[in-house]
Amino acid sequence: MSRATPAPSGARDQVARLLTLVPFLHHRDGVRLDEAARLLGTTSDQVLRDLKVLFMCGLPGGLPGDLIDVDLDAIQSEGGGVISEGVIRVENADYLAKPLKLTAVEASAIIVALRMLRDTSQGETRTLVARVLEKLEGAAATAPAAHVDVTPSPRDVQQVVVADRKRVLDEAVAAGRQVRLTYYVPSRDEESERVVDPRGVVNHGVFSYLDAWCHRAEGERLFRLDRITKLDVLDTPTATDPRPPRDLSGGLFADVDGPDHVVATLRLGPEALWATEYYPVRDVRVADDGSAEVDLVVVDRRWVTRLLLRLAPYAEVVAPEDLAGSFRDSARETLQLYR
Amino acid sequence: MPAPKSERLLNLLIMLLVQRRPIAKERIRELLYPDSRPDAFEKMFERDKDELRSLGVPIDIAPIDPLFDDEVGYRIPPEAFALPDVELTNEEAAVVGLASRVWQHATMAQATSDAVRKLSAAGIDVDLDALDIAQPLLTAEEPGFDRCWLAVCERNEIEFEYRRPGDDAPRTRHVQPWGVVRYSGRWYLVGYDLDRADERVFRLSRVQGEVRLVGPPGAYDVPTDTDVRDIARRLAPPSATEHAVLLVREGTGHTFRRAATRVDVGVDGPDDRTRWDRVELVRSTMGLADDVLAHGADVVLLEPVAVRERVVQRLERVAG
Repeated sequence: MSRATPAPSGARDQVARLLTLVPFLHHRDGVRLDEAARLLGTTSDQVLRDLKVLFMCGLPGGLPGDLIDVDLDAIQSEGGGVISEGVIRVENADYLAKPLKLTAVEASAIIVALRMLRDTSQGETRTLVARVLEKLEGAAATAPAAHVDVTPSPRDVQQVVVADRKRVLDEAVAAGRQVRLTYYVPSRDEESERVVDPRGVVNHGVFSYLDAWCHRAEGERLFRLDRITKLDVLDTPTATDPRPPRDLSGGLFADVDGPDHVVATLRLGPEALWATEYYPVRDVRVADDGSAEVDLVVVDRRWVTRLLLRLAPYAEVVAPEDLAGSFRDSARETLQLYR
Repeated sequence: MPAPKSERLLNLLIMLLVQRRPIAKERIRELLYPDSRPDAFEKMFERDKDELRSLGVPIDIAPIDPLFDDEVGYRIPPEAFALPDVELTNEEAAVVGLASRVWQHATMAQATSDAVRKLSAAGIDVDLDALDIAQPLLTAEEPGFDRCWLAVCERNEIEFEYRRPGDDAPRTRHVQPWGVVRYSGRWYLVGYDLDRADERVFRLSRVQGEVRLVGPPGAYDVPTDTDVRDIARRLAPPSATEHAVLLVREGTGHTFRRAATRVDVGVDGPDDRTRWDRVELVRSTMGLADDVLAHGADVVLLEPVAVRERVVQRLERVAG
């Protein structure tokens, strides 16, 4: 990966594994062949082959006492087969007792990950991470890491919050407990509290959703995790039969496509095209001038009006006609407030 | 039969590591490459050194006799070879496990696991799943990211095609990379622009095609007082935050209310249909007009005045 890089070779990788394996064994007693394989991310067979190479190495001179000693009988049967549960013993290799120092790329990668972790955590966790960071910065070749800087964005912080909610919800599902949540519905600009029986957390596109039976709506509902503003696991057990969460691979609206939902067609200018990546659209037809006609399923008229206002004036309604009218009315009504 | 290559590499490493004095090339040849012809030996030895160096093994060249520098030899200084001692408590080791799940970028995730593996080899028991807390995820979708990171670590000069907004065509830039910075969720390269003879910041998403390494590693020094974060802040297009004031209809505008620094309830509003509250907040002006517009007749933006004017213009174009 560095220098005038030779193509990675099997020999190079084998040496790299041995330079990790020998110190690993040096610090522990009774490491089995399969444990070593797990550490190195390879198979017991491969570790055995590696150790056979190690067996042939040692101090220059080649006298018996100069060579590294590996107890091959413990990890290889008489027929040559591998004994995965055999304990590896290596002697005469003290000069390899320490692993190689971290490369610049390894050091910077782990340091940056830790910094990100520190800057998105709080309280005791933050103190703990800061301590680890200090220790590793002391031990690693961190000069390059000094030239890499990550400042968590609000989205990163949000993502941590979402991951944390997922963990809490997973626990509630496993324990069969009800959850009380405060949920924000942007299409109605409304915040409400409800008790639900959680089924599980599922992903669709870039978002994660809680699938649950909502006791307030008395029906199955999906809640986007980043819109849950408050979350409490209750002591009460769930009141409905447990069921696995829905499969969303067919799309969010696969199960709500009904007679009361209309398909709206919008023409989006290039400035508004980003919306097609953020909202569920059925079809996008791009025109030569860079604009596009987009079909989307409208479950809630208020939602599509808000979207149109957000994109104003780079979105127009092609159909249905009454939507075009109500959008214009909203714009006029809003404009009136500024006069 | 010649020894397998991995055996030769490891023996070379051990020999150079355990000797206090640099070892002459001829001696290395006698011991490890006994059957090779001179030109074949030269080639093999060069390749073997490169392979060891690519693993991070430092191989120094130094005079064998400190008083006479006419003959040089090779050695691996143990202090530069080995990972210094690190003592971590179980809890601290668990943090390392957590950190190993942060990178969502293949190369960086691999580099982090390799680092964790070395720490395990140093006697630290890293339980990857011991800490059950949520960790952030670091992504880097920009194709030039790996190369830039490597170039920063190894100090290779690079060149790439870069297209600034408003440019008709990309232009080739030659840069000594000083650092990589993530700022507002985007990756930037900070470095010395060789053609413009000045420091510059490049947004990695605007790099077109491949980033090419030109020339050897260690080609330049990053000025010691360089603060890449500061340069990025200074040169990158600002994501300015501004003080915003809004009138929000009672019971609406929750996203604004949640971010508010001050809310005055029951103020004079633009209509009498409901009560109105005055909400103040500090936020990025990016997308502010969009967010205000999405609220329709529930939110009126008072400040910043420039954004307010933009909101009005956009509404006028729809209202006709």
